[in-house]
Amino acid sequence: MPARSKSSKKMPRVARAPARTRGSSARRVYMVTGGVTKFAKAHPAMDFRLMVRRAYDYALKGIPNLTRDRIDGSRISYFSDHFTRQLKASSMVQDYLGLNPKGSVRIEWGGATGGECFQAAYEAVASGRMDVCLAAGFETMSRVETWKGNEFIALASDTNFDFPLGGFYTGYYALMVQRHIYEYLRRTKFAHITDEREAQRLATAEGSRIMALVSVKNHQNALYNPYAQYPKQLTVDQVLQSEMISYPLVRELICTMSDGAAVAILCDERRAREFTDRPVRITGVGTGTDTMRLADRPFGKVPLLPTEKASDYANLDYPGIHSFRAGRAAGIEAYRMAGITDPRRELDFVELHDAYASSEIQTYEDLGLCRYGEGYAFTERGDPFLSNIQYPFPTPNAGTLPVNPSGGLIACGHPVGATGLMQAVFAFWQLQGRIAKHFGNKTLQVPNAHRGAIHSHAGTGSAVTVSILERGYRP
Amino acid sequence: MTTRPPVFSKFREVQEELGRSGRAIYRDANGIDSLIIRYPYSINYIHSYAEDTEFFLALADGKLKGSKCTRKSCRTVYATPRGHCMACGAPTEWIDLPPRGRLHSWTTCHYGSEAFLKETPYNLAMVEFEGADSLLFVRLKDCVESEIYIGMPVEARFDPEPKYSITDVWFVPKRG
Repeated sequence: MPARSKSSKKMPRVARAPARTRGSSARRVYMVTGGVTKFAKAHPAMDFRLMVRRAYDYALKGIPNLTRDRIDGSRISYFSDHFTRQLKASSMVQDYLGLNPKGSVRIEWGGATGGECFQAAYEAVASGRMDVCLAAGFETMSRVETWKGNEFIALASDTNFDFPLGGFYTGYYALMVQRHIYEYLRRTKFAHITDEREAQRLATAEGSRIMALVSVKNHQNALYNPYAQYPKQLTVDQVLQSEMISYPLVRELICTMSDGAAVAILCDERRAREFTDRPVRITGVGTGTDTMRLADRPFGKVPLLPTEKASDYANLDYPGIHSFRAGRAAGIEAYRMAGITDPRRELDFVELHDAYASSEIQTYEDLGLCRYGEGYAFTERGDPFLSNIQYPFPTPNAGTLPVNPSGGLIACGHPVGATGLMQAVFAFWQLQGRIAKHFGNKTLQVPNAHRGAIHSHAGTGSAVTVSILERGYRP
Repeated sequence: MTTRPPVFSKFREVQEELGRSGRAIYRDANGIDSLIIRYPYSINYIHSYAEDTEFFLALADGKLKGSKCTRKSCRTVYATPRGHCMACGAPTEWIDLPPRGRLHSWTTCHYGSEAFLKETPYNLAMVEFEGADSLLFVRLKDCVESEIYIGMPVEARFDPEPKYSITDVWFVPKRG
């Protein structure tokens, strides 16, 4: 950079004439392309560098003008050094892609690593630091056995107070959904039953049945997504009869470990118009946090969305361990920035972090897709289902607000550092109307998708990102 | 020339061979070979409980310690101790917690991470205490899945041979 002269100080950025977001000094940011490797139990023939390279090649293939020299730098994400056992693995990705000596930063934010990487790239462009930024993420979880992998993941819980009890995230999520079921089924649908044990058993059975609907949805959607790791046709009974992992969470309600990579390329408005006639604009970004330990979560008031009133939740202690305050906070920030007041009506689809079918239902409420306490009814009515797929049970409201049309983490897999970017790529293809081009069939294309949300979630809800993506072109 | 490691087309077979000889070749559907080796990785950490020390020393004496905010206008009580108050930021002081409480939530784990697989099935529980604003995460013993419910009265038990871990305390159903 040349030293700044007096005259350039007066007009520092005129040459660039950046388009700015209303009411903000930030430049408008667009996604122009993306790529994903197929997520798999193991990709022994590709290390993390080559996986990222494959996703990167796919992304660049579609845009002839977007050559490597146009990329100003990168944000590279992976979750666990334990899985990789290669520190500074992000530097090796930068190196392998031939992007040296450009700027790069490694991003790690637990399960929300990919979502945070996407927002870090957003910030690099919005701030004017870069015009074109690569967001790349990966994880190679096949390097250890599944139960050792669970141990690595559980090291993302407090190692003084939480990990030594069992070191098991499924156990933590089971505790959360048990309380969610208690708050929202035991105390409503089963309030008339006086025997406490019996009432709780029945409420949990009902909650499990409804969680199974989510599992069936996501696995069945994935039948039409060639990138998905576990596409399958299931029945509710098959889900419920799968192996018990941590009561009441059975195997088919839980995502698995994966190898995989994903990339998204973000740029400013001028370059977006140059690179593609179907850019997708990022109109909102939000993040939220909460205590690392579940045991420390407060019992307070719900941070309200514009469509909610304090009186809606007069008797609710929030978040406790039943809801994700970080997800609510991230949603509020992202919606406000994007000018969304009623996400139920103003979003066309959501790709959210369903590491567990339980957390998908909890997240419906956090993101305001329905009110707190309505997650089970929202699922049963079919609102988050696709209208053109025949599920093995009635879904009267299908198509109202499809959630995880791609199949989500439960069916696509969850290579942590790639997952949030995978959601960005699937959302991007939805908004471009190009699902058929990339999936080889148009089943999962949400009709007239103008605006979608992606949601990436860490720990027991200790960190969450929400990003809003919108069509940046006129069809 | 030494013989090459054996070639397998199924990853599961590769894993089995790693258990035997520690080396194998995986051949994928495109005929590409990948050499795969196995190596161990273990560490002894030197871990300080630092500002949480009092809690773990108290467990060895058969006592549960929480912490309480020192600011008069706050006084938030933490069942899992925190050195500083998350509500107002002031330092906290140590307090005694009652050795009994109620279940706020629970689960039975039929699997766990590798280090805990041999202990399955085990129960995890969140316990709420009279007068405390937050919870304590513990193991729940001496009961089976069908007996446990949210709201169940429970009481603490302590390991007479402390390991200086959170597992030095566990809870059991309060009898009678």
